[in-house]
Amino acid sequence: MAHLQSSAVALITKIVNRYKDEPTPLMMILEDVQKEYGYIPLEVQELISDLTGTPVSEIYGVVTFYSFFSLTPKGKYVIGVCLGTACYVKGSQLILDKFSQVLGIKSGETTLDGLFTIDVLRCIGACAIAPAVSINGKVYPQVKVDDVVKIVNEYKNKEVEVR
Amino acid sequence: MTKIDVVANEKQLLDKISHCGACLEKKFHCQDGHRAIVICGGTGCLSSESAEILAKFKSLIEEKGIGDKVTANIVGCFGFCSQGPFVKIFPEETLYTKVKIADVEEIIEKDIIGGGIVERLLFVDPVTKQKAQKQHDINFYKLQKRDVALRGNGEINPEDIDEAFGDGAFVALNKALHMTRQEVINEVLKSGLRGRGGAGFPAGKKWQFAYNMNVEEKYIICNGDEGDPGAFMDRSIIEGNPVNVIEGMMIAGYAIGAKNGYFYVRAEYPVAVERLKKAIAELEEAGLLGDHILGTDFSFRCHIRLGAGAFVCGEETALLNSIEGKRGMPRPRPPFPAVKGLWDKPSVINNVETLANVPFILREGADHYASFGTADSKGTKVFALGGKVNNVGLVEVPMGTTLRQLIFDIGGGIPNNKKFKAIQTGGPSGGCLTEKDLDTPIDYASLIAHGSMMGSGGAIVMDEDNCMVDVAKFYMTFITEESCGKCSPCRIGTKRVLEILTNICDGKGTLQDLENLKELSSIIKANSLCGLGQTAANPIVSTMTAFPEEYRAHVVDHVCPAHVCKSMMQYHIVPEACFGCGLCARACPTNTIVKTDAPSKKNPRLFIHEINQKNCVKCGSCMAACRFNAIIKK
Amino acid sequence: MSLVNIKIEGKPFQVDSGLTVLEACRKCGFVIPSLCSFNHGKNSLASCRVCLVEIKGARGLSASCVYPVSEGMEISISSQSATEARRASVELILSNHEKNCLQCPKNGHCELLHVAELVGARDQKYIGEFSETTVDEIAPGIIRNTAKCILCGRCIERCKEAQGISILGYENRGFHTIVGPVQNRSFAESPCLQCGQCVNVCPTGALMEHSEIDKVDQAIKAGKKVIVQTAPAVRAAIAEEFDEPIGTPGTGKMVAALHRLGFYRVFDTNFGADLTIMEEANELLHRIKNKGVLPQITSCSPGWINYMEYFYPQIIPHISTCKSPHMMVGAIIKSYFANSHNLNPDDIFVVSIMPCTAKKYERSRPEMAHDVDAVLTTRELAKLIRRAGIVWKKLPDEEFDSDLLGDYSGAGVIFGVTGGVMEAALRTAYFWMTGKEYSAIEFHNVRGLEAVREASIDIDGTVIKVAVTSGMKNAKPLLDDIKNGKSPYAFIEIMGCPGGCINGGGQPYVKPLLLPNEEDDILDTYCKKRASVLYSEDERQVIRQSHNNKDIQRLYKEFLGEPGSELAEELLHTSYNAHREKYPNKK
Repeated sequence: MAHLQSSAVALITKIVNRYKDEPTPLMMILEDVQKEYGYIPLEVQELISDLTGTPVSEIYGVVTFYSFFSLTPKGKYVIGVCLGTACYVKGSQLILDKFSQVLGIKSGETTLDGLFTIDVLRCIGACAIAPAVSINGKVYPQVKVDDVVKIVNEYKNKEVEVR
Repeated sequence: MTKIDVVANEKQLLDKISHCGACLEKKFHCQDGHRAIVICGGTGCLSSESAEILAKFKSLIEEKGIGDKVTANIVGCFGFCSQGPFVKIFPEETLYTKVKIADVEEIIEKDIIGGGIVERLLFVDPVTKQKAQKQHDINFYKLQKRDVALRGNGEINPEDIDEAFGDGAFVALNKALHMTRQEVINEVLKSGLRGRGGAGFPAGKKWQFAYNMNVEEKYIICNGDEGDPGAFMDRSIIEGNPVNVIEGMMIAGYAIGAKNGYFYVRAEYPVAVERLKKAIAELEEAGLLGDHILGTDFSFRCHIRLGAGAFVCGEETALLNSIEGKRGMPRPRPPFPAVKGLWDKPSVINNVETLANVPFILREGADHYASFGTADSKGTKVFALGGKVNNVGLVEVPMGTTLRQLIFDIGGGIPNNKKFKAIQTGGPSGGCLTEKDLDTPIDYASLIAHGSMMGSGGAIVMDEDNCMVDVAKFYMTFITEESCGKCSPCRIGTKRVLEILTNICDGKGTLQDLENLKELSSIIKANSLCGLGQTAANPIVSTMTAFPEEYRAHVVDHVCPAHVCKSMMQYHIVPEACFGCGLCARACPTNTIVKTDAPSKKNPRLFIHEINQKNCVKCGSCMAACRFNAIIKK
Repeated sequence: MSLVNIKIEGKPFQVDSGLTVLEACRKCGFVIPSLCSFNHGKNSLASCRVCLVEIKGARGLSASCVYPVSEGMEISISSQSATEARRASVELILSNHEKNCLQCPKNGHCELLHVAELVGARDQKYIGEFSETTVDEIAPGIIRNTAKCILCGRCIERCKEAQGISILGYENRGFHTIVGPVQNRSFAESPCLQCGQCVNVCPTGALMEHSEIDKVDQAIKAGKKVIVQTAPAVRAAIAEEFDEPIGTPGTGKMVAALHRLGFYRVFDTNFGADLTIMEEANELLHRIKNKGVLPQITSCSPGWINYMEYFYPQIIPHISTCKSPHMMVGAIIKSYFANSHNLNPDDIFVVSIMPCTAKKYERSRPEMAHDVDAVLTTRELAKLIRRAGIVWKKLPDEEFDSDLLGDYSGAGVIFGVTGGVMEAALRTAYFWMTGKEYSAIEFHNVRGLEAVREASIDIDGTVIKVAVTSGMKNAKPLLDDIKNGKSPYAFIEIMGCPGGCINGGGQPYVKPLLLPNEEDDILDTYCKKRASVLYSEDERQVIRQSHNNKDIQRLYKEFLGEPGSELAEELLHTSYNAHREKYPNKK
């Protein structure tokens, strides 16, 4: 069983304490942990269990139930392709397939270099600009299959610049 | 807006409303040279950089030193999403469409400073070719009634509660507090308001059940887990006018006897959550949330809980479990939430749009509200019109508006001269309505009678290029991913249905499969624990009933008439039309397009290209890349 | 409670108002098939959708296991739509279930098979993909096979209710949902007690004991001297496996059956219980006299010991170092008995028949040094008996073998019931301290703590307080007090399973659906019924104190010396692991 670094323990404890006056705050705790720690592995769940008294199996059941919670770290850039109806009828499945093909991973997976994760989104409410792709919060409107390579390169170039 | 004034009693409220009303009047309708610029902050416009447009306006206003006479701010969704980003100028009410950052300078120079109009940014009706200067001249808006649930959208600044007051916020709550709780419930019953989340249960009746419980601790919960793919009504309502929804919740809380209200909002809506948080904080500061609201015995507090990516949490009891920190698995009923809900206390769960209707009902009266709509369905309904329709966007229409009016008059009809095929309402729980249903009035009973349901408001238009079997498969894929897994008919039944549909779309279906689909559909409907399962088979039943020939073609002839199902369609390059440019070959991910020896009829120096069907993955990149319409689906 | 008037199939009935439709129908003579409800309707998720009925006025069909009765309700069980719906639910469950019933160890006791027959399930219509299968056969005590799991959720509820540690939970969503320990691990890689409470409630073969029948067969085949011993709780319940009512004593017939199964000797674990008392009472007196670590806590329940090592390792000094009775018997067989009969201990194979699955794990611990070679549950013994073609009802009553290890006292018998070890230990401790035989203890419930009983024992002026509980959820408050140094007790008995060994994870299944002729009140009080078998046997014994067991007296005189001697320490005592990892890195 991997051990948590003391900085991680401090962060998780801080988050749990943030909600100590709220009734049944597990979802709020997990949302903040996902946002601030990046993922929710078993070690973190055990700590939350110790601090809140909720059994580990219940926390694990919640983490694996909701799509937003992840047991493993996500890529630096999370590519969310919306497969909501409005986007789907405008061909977003083809866009998803193209991202998959270009990056060599399936949806839900992360590239080996840790840069990209592909996620299927179920309607982000941007139906008017379907098909929509959201990358780390930035929404790309009316994406075409042709645009996919361009978009991926946009982020690959960012990485090169940084280096 | 820095300091929030305290509003401790009725007099202070009325003074505040009067004062803010005057400010709004001055902002929007003053003839003394004040100009107000409002920019659409709805999702579609935001992703087309409307926030940057606002920033550009602000910086230019400062640069030109006209800040004392000109204001610029974000407002809620204009609804006409295909024409955004929108910039509207007051007092003229000029509406500029498809604005880009580069246009801002011209608007400032020509309109704000120069007093003219930037003609090229006005909306042009595609049929009449007429330009429309004002919003209400546009056909899209003419048949709508946007002052009930979408009140304030496109007008007030959702991040400034004084503008909400200027628009009359809390007049309704104040009125309610002068009534007894039973009188408030009676008013809502009289209005005929039905749940806007999809089921259409009379809101007043739900409130009555909770009111009747002789229990101290009760809860009012706002269901903002709008998960139907293609629906963004609730998002726009909260983002556009959060105070209105809060007020609706407070009135409901007062009526049933709850001191605490919980907003459950999808995590996918961070802007809505932020605006809600801000509005709640400011109302608390003003004393309009907390103890002794407006000097009465009524105390109320709002809380926010987020979803985490599970469609099933839109189901009432799954939502309750989610707030309680559990997996979103629905509870058996009875007991119903109004009797035993959140933390086992009596709870009423109302949809965002339902609550957004409440202040209008209290303020204008139940009779006035009931004067719109049909005998079965009163008031208005917000729809997110999407898919193959010209005017994709957010609309609010009186109940009784026909589907034809929605799709053609408001929606502007089908783009690219394609033929209308169907409109799907109710998302994955709903069904499709076809050509023969176009004159159906939109109301709860009529839509059910025609094989669909109201649903939460998602309305997706489909044309001749959509395959209805593929659509059924799409919805069932969604359902199988979102099924919570608790009960066997939904968990296993929907999976089996999806397997059959996949087989059919892969060209391996049989007539027996159609029989099995019918049987499984009726089992899933009869046996499932919750609404998600009970309605999961609706899209299949509906498309099988409305498009039996399309299903037959798939399983008997193994043909997909709409050329969508990949195993039963092919991309072909029409030799006579091929220019020989090779763009298709370059776009092809599997290098399956080859140059033939035959010279192109369009350019003899180049060669006709051909698709090697064996390696083709039917991705459509070639068709997207071709400039000469030389590639078709067969 | 008030009564309500209802109609079932058009016939009028009067039932208690607080019942569910399922319970009410049972009381009125209608058994509605169900799979996810247990405790005959008291616990239900309403997830299997098998118990659907038509209720006049309700929309659609209703799950009878949760729907409360009300005045004037009209229930139709046999309507066409309800009948077809129940069958459809079962057929869908079957479409995602491993159907190797002929070879499945649950054959004969499977509720799904029984329900499939009740609803008239037909040949598979909906054939498709199966869920991904996990088979966990690593833990010695219990095994899990998700191919047979119907996701009823009973095991999750039971683990939480009985032990409070929620080892089992759901993972993922929709068709990918699994039930198991976190990360779908093995039980052996989680803080599972292997107590088997989950096995007792599982309707299918998804959770079973880890069978050791093969081991026993091989030992017999290899010509070993296979010696069998049986725990007290086994006799209290084994007759149920042969259609006798709950509470039928089975000792005589059980021994007769064992005599016909080819074992070298048939001994009674009660001998070991008496031995445990000798050592444990001695240990207690020693701690009391020399201000040792108190309270002392019993150690004969491996489910409890597992819990202690995972969750309260800091209280190890409190735990008695005594092995459990059957381990002591094994140790004595392979030393004293082997010597006396000039046998090589390696040629002896000791089998313990236990009401327990955790004992399969216990005997495999390295500290236990092969004292016992295999553990079979009560259910496994019943299988052996049936396999041999023996007709239970025709068996005569026979006595255990009395070869050196035959005598036992009533104190040993009551080990199988919660409170039994305490009572047995006190009979001996009291005698040693005062020279007088002890009369019955008077327990009373501890206020505020459910299912914890305490008593004050006046030992010639010195008053000591003792406590008894079973099930880890009930034990937790006591343990927290000990951890915080606030425990007022000198001696505590803790049993892993709620109710004690008579309700162990290896006992015959108590399933209302499979026993539709049982009266409801028997099902409610099956623990009491089984316990009464042991209490009656205790009362019938001439010798009721462990220290008066003649064979025990001889064992000490000829071999061990006195309680706590060096030899006794070596053979009959053990040590514990303070470093058990709850969730070791997955391999």
